Amino acid sequence: MAPVESNVAKSIAERVYSYYPGCSLHATAAEYDVSARLVCQKVGIELRELEDWVCCGASAAHSTDHLLSLALPAHTLKQAEEKGLPLAVPCAMCFSRLKFTLHELENKDTLDLVSRAIGKELSTAVTVKPMLQVLADENISLPIAKLLIGLKVACYYGCLLVRPPEVVGFDDAENPQTMDRLMERLAAEAIDWGLKTACCGAGVAFARFDIVLKLSHRLISLAQRSGADCIAVACPMCHANLDMYQKDMTAKFGQKTELPVLYFTQLMGLALGFSPKELLLDKHLTDPLPMLRKKKLI
Amino acid sequence: MSRIGVFICHCGTNIGGVVNVPQVVEAAKRMPLVAYADENKYTCSEVGQASIRDAIKEQRLDRVVIASCSPRMHENTFRRTVATAGLNPYLLEMANLREHCSWVHSDSKDATAKAIDLVRMAVAKVARHESLFPKQVGLTKRALVIGGGITGIQAALDIASAGHEVVLVEKEPSIGGRMAQLDKTFPTLDCSACILTPKMVDVSQHPNITLLTYSEVKEVRGFVGNFEVDILKKAKMVDYVKCTGCGNCWQACPERIPSEFDLGLGRRSVIYIPFAQAVPNKPVIDIANCRYERYLKWKETEEGPEPPQCRICEGVCPTEAIDRSQRDEIVTEKFGAIVVATGFKTFDYSVYGEYGGGRYPDVISSLQLERLMSAAGPTEGEVLRPSDGVHPKNVVFIQCVGSRDDKVGRPYCSKVCCMYTAKHAVMLKEHDPEVQCYVFYIDVRAGGKDFEEFARRAQDETGAVYLRGRVSQIYQEGKKLKVLGEDSLMGRLVEIDADLVVLATGMEPSDNADVIAQTLNISYNTYNFLIEAHPKLRPVETQTDGIFVAGTCVGPRDIPDCVAHGGAAAAKAVVLLSQDSLTTDPLTSFVDPMKCVGCFACKEVCPFNAIEEQITRDGRTISSVNESLCKGCGLCVVACRPGAINLRGFTNQQLLSEVLTLVGR
Amino acid sequence: MPEQSAIVLEPANDFLFFVQSHTGENIASCYQCGKCSAGCPTAYAMDLTPRQVMRGVQLGLKDEILDSSAIWLCVSCQTCSLRCPREIDIAKVMESLRLFSQAEGRPPAQREIAVFHSAFLRQVRLFGRLHEVGLTITYNLLSMHFFNNIKRLPGMLARGKLKLMPQTMKGASEVKQIATRVKELERKSS
Repeated sequence: MAPVESNVAKSIAERVYSYYPGCSLHATAAEYDVSARLVCQKVGIELRELEDWVCCGASAAHSTDHLLSLALPAHTLKQAEEKGLPLAVPCAMCFSRLKFTLHELENKDTLDLVSRAIGKELSTAVTVKPMLQVLADENISLPIAKLLIGLKVACYYGCLLVRPPEVVGFDDAENPQTMDRLMERLAAEAIDWGLKTACCGAGVAFARFDIVLKLSHRLISLAQRSGADCIAVACPMCHANLDMYQKDMTAKFGQKTELPVLYFTQLMGLALGFSPKELLLDKHLTDPLPMLRKKKLI
Repeated sequence: MSRIGVFICHCGTNIGGVVNVPQVVEAAKRMPLVAYADENKYTCSEVGQASIRDAIKEQRLDRVVIASCSPRMHENTFRRTVATAGLNPYLLEMANLREHCSWVHSDSKDATAKAIDLVRMAVAKVARHESLFPKQVGLTKRALVIGGGITGIQAALDIASAGHEVVLVEKEPSIGGRMAQLDKTFPTLDCSACILTPKMVDVSQHPNITLLTYSEVKEVRGFVGNFEVDILKKAKMVDYVKCTGCGNCWQACPERIPSEFDLGLGRRSVIYIPFAQAVPNKPVIDIANCRYERYLKWKETEEGPEPPQCRICEGVCPTEAIDRSQRDEIVTEKFGAIVVATGFKTFDYSVYGEYGGGRYPDVISSLQLERLMSAAGPTEGEVLRPSDGVHPKNVVFIQCVGSRDDKVGRPYCSKVCCMYTAKHAVMLKEHDPEVQCYVFYIDVRAGGKDFEEFARRAQDETGAVYLRGRVSQIYQEGKKLKVLGEDSLMGRLVEIDADLVVLATGMEPSDNADVIAQTLNISYNTYNFLIEAHPKLRPVETQTDGIFVAGTCVGPRDIPDCVAHGGAAAAKAVVLLSQDSLTTDPLTSFVDPMKCVGCFACKEVCPFNAIEEQITRDGRTISSVNESLCKGCGLCVVACRPGAINLRGFTNQQLLSEVLTLVGR
Repeated sequence: MPEQSAIVLEPANDFLFFVQSHTGENIASCYQCGKCSAGCPTAYAMDLTPRQVMRGVQLGLKDEILDSSAIWLCVSCQTCSLRCPREIDIAKVMESLRLFSQAEGRPPAQREIAVFHSAFLRQVRLFGRLHEVGLTITYNLLSMHFFNNIKRLPGMLARGKLKLMPQTMKGASEVKQIATRVKELERKSS
């Protein structure tokens, strides 16, 4: 097996990544997976999905079993290490768990323990990047077919992509700009709004639906009041919380809560010339098509 | 044969609690050349000192070892003690049984053994001491005050009133500092300008004070009583002899740039005085932004489009005072004492991304609020929102922005913010009875005279709501600013829709305080605050003789403390300047002309430029030490390869004797 | 407010020492400024705000803290840790308190949340990846909220967002092995 360093150098030049979609991208967040793959293909990035990858453990593992919460992502890290390519991770939760695990593996005792847990010798020489970072790289040229002129996007980063800064090392934790700048490259207008990193309620939708409803409503409400046409997200859980319950919000909070929530990869896909059907835009519970038609983007 | 006396101190329980002092005394008695050994509870006390004097006389001692605290504490004290008993004060050696022993070790047996070793070393060294005699040097009876804020002004006035010449150097075009930017001062609500400007005028009119504004100190050479300072006088482009301060030029100037004095809330012209009561009340031209200067620069290369040849100021000046031939010049002046009063600036709140990162125009600092409230300010005293010029109704104050915060590297408390926010709450209510103030605090610190009563007035009488808790986030929503905090006293989250948010930003030293400190060779800490010689007992002196520090450049403090500080530094300077000569420290290096080969390695390493050349009678060029400049650091001794240079008080032989006695030879 | 008798403070604060040494965080340095609570998205629903949880640890109120709903309602959004002026990793403390509470076998104050985590991991241990339909069924059964989310089922199915059958893959057996090894290692260290 070639040393990791030379493979990484090659892949940055050729844009080849190992790909870890995570559980939701194969199911409820299929739109993210499909649109990400289409966009990557168009801009010349090759994604090689890890075979037989396993769940990262999400909040369930870290809330209840510390060692398991490190072992599950470690398995993925080992797979990535063996492939010798940097790892592209679309789901913010998976990304966060992988980064947290890498961070804790800096401690030699932890590294030994987790290596024993997964039955393989681990190393921390793995590069893990969120899909947003992969696609927002300014060195990638975007062959734009349709400029998203007039589209006002509230870029929503959520919690896990940018916090804690010393673990994830991505963008600015209080006022991130990666997605905003990307939207501007597509000629859309990224609006300035105050809750771009505020929590949507995370994984308590089943157990405490009221909390998700309240927090997500707060976000959508502010985005609406700030003049956004849609919210762009980079996390399947944020997408679910913001997209799925808008009718419940209208019913509970008495004001019409309706704002399409799109994956940033879907917006990129539109700009790069893919059709709404190809990008699975019709799969969202809050229908974005009327808005996109009105904006003459489809 | 020497007769050495050894005096071991208990220092209360500081030393005696860890070191077995009687055992050390017994050991000392058996050491070679020791004629007498005794112990004291507090050697530095009157009783202790008297016992040393008596012992010297009765036991006919010719050298003394005092085993106690660090020489930094009491070496001078004990030298005087020994001198009054008739011995040369340099026939004394101190063994540090406190900072080097009892304060850093806990095992009594080991500490005692170490103490005995330390005493033995001191005895071996002092046996080789020789009498040393300080010299007298002259001094320049002039003082330099760096910084023209209230502290520097006070120091300059006090030194000048004592009859000495003072040069006051200020880098801005006018003196006045931060106090000139304030509207009113707590707790009396005096108008700041009204109490400051008379002092500013006094400075300009005092016969003993030379005011150099728009100037900076560039280099300092020399030593106490004999400093030589290079001062950069920046080109003002205005002849102050001809200028009458009529104001035609700055009113006519067509260019407007954000005003530094108004912290970006207002604009000023390019030929300008920073504020109406500026002293001197004459303008300078801000060359970087001047249209005509840009034209002159363009003329050199003629690249790019031609800028306008403005010169309107020259056109309206009745006395032809604009002088574009002026250039920056450096003048060299001599001083005996220097007072540093370079003041403070406020913390840059834009690092707090959660408070908008500087993006929201209606999130301002307390000093910016002062400018808004000030009748001479950008809004003529009307408190208006910077975004739309509307009077705010809900004003939220956030304390400790850039203070008590490890995350932004400012763990200290800035002392004055609780008080000035209370002042703001009171004043805002006076400006507009409809206004509602909210103050998010962690603790209210009101420790000065009448301060607590004043803070209570803000809390009890103005209707201001004091909420105990730090604000987590502020974000703009439409015309309002959403403020998210917690009232920790009720344990409930709070949300406020504010019209204006005022951040009580912390104090930090002015820009380049570290550069000034390095220029003067004085100490400064992580935050660039200058370090005083002793935090309790010597608040205005530094470790460098002749250089004094005062005001907020040393640490956060309010106006009365600054005035007191400035006066204290002035008093110290006057003590220095009122002497007819100064005693130099004899602990300097000296060259053995027989051994010196003239390689000048010593000259290369000397940080004080104290090595000079001399020609021997047989025509060799060798080193010689300028004893006035030499600080006795010893670098030359280390650098000298033939071993020709030695340091009085720490000669190679003395130090070697310590090592040899330690290894038992 | 329910009846609360005075806290009787004693010199030995084992709980504070325990939490500090196990988390590595200097909880004693918290000066109760409340910035954490003010930025916490779920604090409004908690019985104790994050600041109060830190205070409880400082005062050694072990039962009150480990039985609180606060430690379960923390969603690990990390906002508190990001902004704390004393640089305490509050999210890590909350998580550790959650784990300590479970280690002592205390019934979680937010049962449904604990049940959700349990149902989630059950799916992962069985299939190696999360099977969302399986998760819903398991959660509904375990929590006894039998009809939770049922009304969403048709909409989700129509959009093809749900896979009725779990994917089978080699990873499932690897996860089983990992889970077993983890259990073994944890047993050895306790």
